[in-house]
Amino acid sequence: MNFEKAIALFLALVLAVYSYTAFFEMDYLLPPILQRNPVWPSTFPKILSVMGLIACALVFLNIEKSEKQVGDDLDISNWRAYKIIHAFMLIFGMVVYALVLRPLGFIGATFIFLFASSLLLGEKRYFLLAIVCLISSFSIWYLVDDVLGIYMSPLPSWLSTR
Amino acid sequence: MMCWGFTCLHCHPGFLRDEVQIMVEGLLIGLQTALSIKNFLMVVGGCLIGTFIGMLPGLGPMSIIAIMIPVAISIGDPSAALILLAGVYYGAIFGGSTSSILINAPGVASTVATSFDGYPLTRAGKAGKALTVAAIASFVGGTVGAILLLFFAPALASVALLFHSAEYFALMVVGLSAIAAFAGSGQVTKALLMTVMGLMLATVGEGAQFNLPRFTMGLMDLQSGIGFITLAMAMFAIPETLFLVLDPSRSDKSGEGSSEIKDLRITAEEAKQIAPVIARQSIQGFLIGVMPGAGATIASFLGYAVERNIAKPDRDLFGKGSVKGLAAPESANNAACTGSFVPLLTLGIPGSGTTAILLGALIALNVSPGPRLMQDQPEIFWSVIISMYIGNVVLLILNLPLIPYIAKVLTVPRTFLIPFILFFTLMGAYIGQNNPTELLFLVGLGVLATILRLASFPLAPLLIGFILGPMLENNFSRASQLYDGVSFVWERPMTTVLLAIAVLLIVLPSLKSRFGRGKFFA
Repeated sequence: MNFEKAIALFLALVLAVYSYTAFFEMDYLLPPILQRNPVWPSTFPKILSVMGLIACALVFLNIEKSEKQVGDDLDISNWRAYKIIHAFMLIFGMVVYALVLRPLGFIGATFIFLFASSLLLGEKRYFLLAIVCLISSFSIWYLVDDVLGIYMSPLPSWLSTR
Repeated sequence: MMCWGFTCLHCHPGFLRDEVQIMVEGLLIGLQTALSIKNFLMVVGGCLIGTFIGMLPGLGPMSIIAIMIPVAISIGDPSAALILLAGVYYGAIFGGSTSSILINAPGVASTVATSFDGYPLTRAGKAGKALTVAAIASFVGGTVGAILLLFFAPALASVALLFHSAEYFALMVVGLSAIAAFAGSGQVTKALLMTVMGLMLATVGEGAQFNLPRFTMGLMDLQSGIGFITLAMAMFAIPETLFLVLDPSRSDKSGEGSSEIKDLRITAEEAKQIAPVIARQSIQGFLIGVMPGAGATIASFLGYAVERNIAKPDRDLFGKGSVKGLAAPESANNAACTGSFVPLLTLGIPGSGTTAILLGALIALNVSPGPRLMQDQPEIFWSVIISMYIGNVVLLILNLPLIPYIAKVLTVPRTFLIPFILFFTLMGAYIGQNNPTELLFLVGLGVLATILRLASFPLAPLLIGFILGPMLENNFSRASQLYDGVSFVWERPMTTVLLAIAVLLIVLPSLKSRFGRGKFFA
């Protein structure tokens, strides 16, 4: 099975769960007054389920003659040539950033994220990097929180007064 | 002879003269108000603020105008306040296009189509040219929109009211039919699947039509659905950045160290190519913008789709860095933004989220938009129209010299650039919802989008489905309730015509491909 077919199969599984919910799990929640409407909350999802499953089948069965794309996307068959570890580490970094943003505060979490990501990508000018990360963290916090009025806790939750 | 009422030149020979006289007087009042030093500084300041804040993904024109309302109200003078907000509006639209073109991070729905060809141009080392084309297309789109607003506002407002939920539903279907334009050769079924996935994602959460949570899996964070910014960043910015990490040689292609990125020049050949595109899309975009609810997003997608469909010799260039593909959505969305002022100023109906916020600002400034605005407060009505035009001119004059400096962001070393793009992407999602869980959704969807892109699934149709999904479902539900079924499809002629156009848009390219070249199906 090639990669495209595997993705189509995965999406078909997602669609199966979605369809099950649309056909069997949604309607009993509907108050009796709404049941008199011609369109129910499950109507549109039901239509989408059918359309989605048909589209998945078309992709899986390769009905359409697919021409080799001349785009500039990466070639999956050549995956060993790419920096997969770096990409995974950055994804992990983003997840950690999301988890520590509130406990550590915006400035601390942003500084660590920017500094660590740049180091991971091979930056060697540590002092310059630290200065840039620090100024960026402070200035973005100031712009968003003080100028635009969108509250973001700058300090760790146990130090924050707001 | 049939009489056309008060506009009938046969029965009312003085009608045209009166109308022209009112317009000329109004224009002079508007010019006098808008060209005072204070108001001119308001436009310049508004354009600059809008451009720079609009570059931040997650802060679109709507958020920026909302943020600026207290400042505008504190000015006191309604004309000056509205002139400031008009400058902010245009600046924010151009700022949003900049982040779409340079880092493939469309912060607002109306600039998604800009990234389809804008970012490939940047990757080809032509960021300066892409920004110049965007600035010129936006300028012309906005200017044509302002001129059309000047002449046809009252007439168009009454036509727009003929559109009901059935027609809006059909219009959304026409918008979705544009997916064929975003799918490469042999990718129509994949594009269809991605559109359905986008429509499915749009059903998550509590919709406006039904007060019931759907597909939330019991998660409170999904109660309000998936945020547009989150999905847009996940579909475009994250895969592109991860690709830059996976294959470092890609960043060399975007012009690091190249002098061409700062080059603003457009060749005579390119100018000849984009001129008719800009002209067509300025008018089409304006007409779509006039319809309440349609707005700049539909205008930009349809503009792109129409131009791709009629661009016979160079259709294959669309999506790979075509200047036509960049000029079409840019002129259409700017013209549509101006068009959305028609129902606001003449009927008091906000046609989009941004104009709804502007309506709030107008009311706070003791201005009541509606049919009487032109008679009761002509200086406000006309100064808004004139300030739109001045805003466009100022934006072009300010931004063209700034483009080399804006484009220079691409010469930042990748060890700095990539973490900062990821950071701004995360910030965009966080600012919108103020919820760290949104960041986890962003990363999850971003990884999924990267895998889909590796398997050559087009991602633009997914985002289009997501944007148009709620409007499609809500209008379909309303029309079905009104007609107690789907009889509106054949009972309302405009709906039937629009749906027929949608079918043609989907079927024709496939048939042409099958019978014209005989290679669509295996």
